[in-house]
Amino acid sequence: MKYEYDVIIVGGGPAGTMTALYAASKGVNVLLIDKKRDIGYPVRCAEGVGEAGLKEFFNPDPRWVLSEIDSFRLIPPDLNEVIIKNKEFGYILNRRIFDYMIAEKAAEKGAEILTGTYVNSLITENGSVKGVRAEFFGKRFSIQSKIVIGADGVESRVGRWGGLKTNLPLRDIETCAQITIVSRKIDEHCCDLYFGKEIAPGGYAWVFPRGKNCANVGLGISGQYARQKSPLSYLNKFVEKNFPDSSVLTRIAGGVPCARPMKKIVADGLMLVGDAAHQANPITGGGIVNAMKAGRIAGNVAADAIIEGDISRRRLKEYEIKWNDAVGDLNRRSYNIKKVIHGLTDKSFNKLAEVFSEIPPDRITLREIFIKALQNHPALIIDAMKIFK
Amino acid sequence: MVYINNDLCDFCGVCVSVCLPNVIELKESSITILDGCNDCKLCLYVCPYEAVKENEIRV
Repeated sequence: MKYEYDVIIVGGGPAGTMTALYAASKGVNVLLIDKKRDIGYPVRCAEGVGEAGLKEFFNPDPRWVLSEIDSFRLIPPDLNEVIIKNKEFGYILNRRIFDYMIAEKAAEKGAEILTGTYVNSLITENGSVKGVRAEFFGKRFSIQSKIVIGADGVESRVGRWGGLKTNLPLRDIETCAQITIVSRKIDEHCCDLYFGKEIAPGGYAWVFPRGKNCANVGLGISGQYARQKSPLSYLNKFVEKNFPDSSVLTRIAGGVPCARPMKKIVADGLMLVGDAAHQANPITGGGIVNAMKAGRIAGNVAADAIIEGDISRRRLKEYEIKWNDAVGDLNRRSYNIKKVIHGLTDKSFNKLAEVFSEIPPDRITLREIFIKALQNHPALIIDAMKIFK
Repeated sequence: MVYINNDLCDFCGVCVSVCLPNVIELKESSITILDGCNDCKLCLYVCPYEAVKENEIRV
């Protein structure tokens, strides 16, 4: 390891490793740091990705694809479920292997990776970020860089140290608990989503199959409701009712930023990507594909800026613009819709399901469901039509 | 004032994300509330595992 790099990336999830891959591919010196000892562990994620988004980057590989998903079951409070079938919905990944794979590719392109290393603070000079201070097994040191990229997740501190506002109000954080179970009740190719105030207020519960007889079972609730009852309490009740005799292999907690896109995700010598930049989908909480898209843009822009010798906010703003064009604008529309969806009553969910339960599964689309859900908010129907083309 | 029960904590970082004064230091398997906590209790409200507790005040 050296003590000076072109780019230091803090965080080794999909956002950080993709940023490292693209920046290193353009020939700049990259150091990726992660506080955890292992890339890809622990996995704080339901591990679902859409087919189209994944295939922009990688062909599905049986080494890290656990299930191919061809249907969704949307279950309202009265259990009158709606099934949607589509051959090309997506996949459930094995994130431990998937994240590792991206990190390996980044290393093959020349990125250096250092795990078990905690970043304590940023080095700044005349208002510009110039590196990080870190510690590795108790030994403290400083590393200089031209650009620091914060990919340090929902708990990001890199952004705040650099003057970017990354803390979240309660209404914009989904606080989540999840277990991985073994049960014979799992449908290997179908994802279940449960809605209702008694199940997951301001969010939803999910059952995402990890192959045959195994699934991630979890739920997220809006932070504004967590004061009354924790996600763990809701999850315990949900599992007791639906999977009472299952074996539990993993227990994990986490948070998802379901927020309005941040206005500023760059500063002089600093960029943010992934959950650190609140880039997850505000409606679903899905963040893997958005993180990879952001990482690609950020890695390319960072490398170009370094080659040109200009790491000012004005130069790095190209990343903000390209991100907004690619996903950010859609996320802004999704956030507007999320506010309405979170406010739906159990009666509304039940009524919506009743409308669609009579239609054959292969003729229902998410677009139609959202348009119906937003019928009392006609201005948002246009947003829904732009999101679900 | 609040404190974090390390035995219950999953080190997920949700509390860090809502901490306005940015005083929660989260490492791989340790978590500390640094000086500067304003006792807003947002961390207590959002913790998925109820690991953030309130100190009892003894009179």
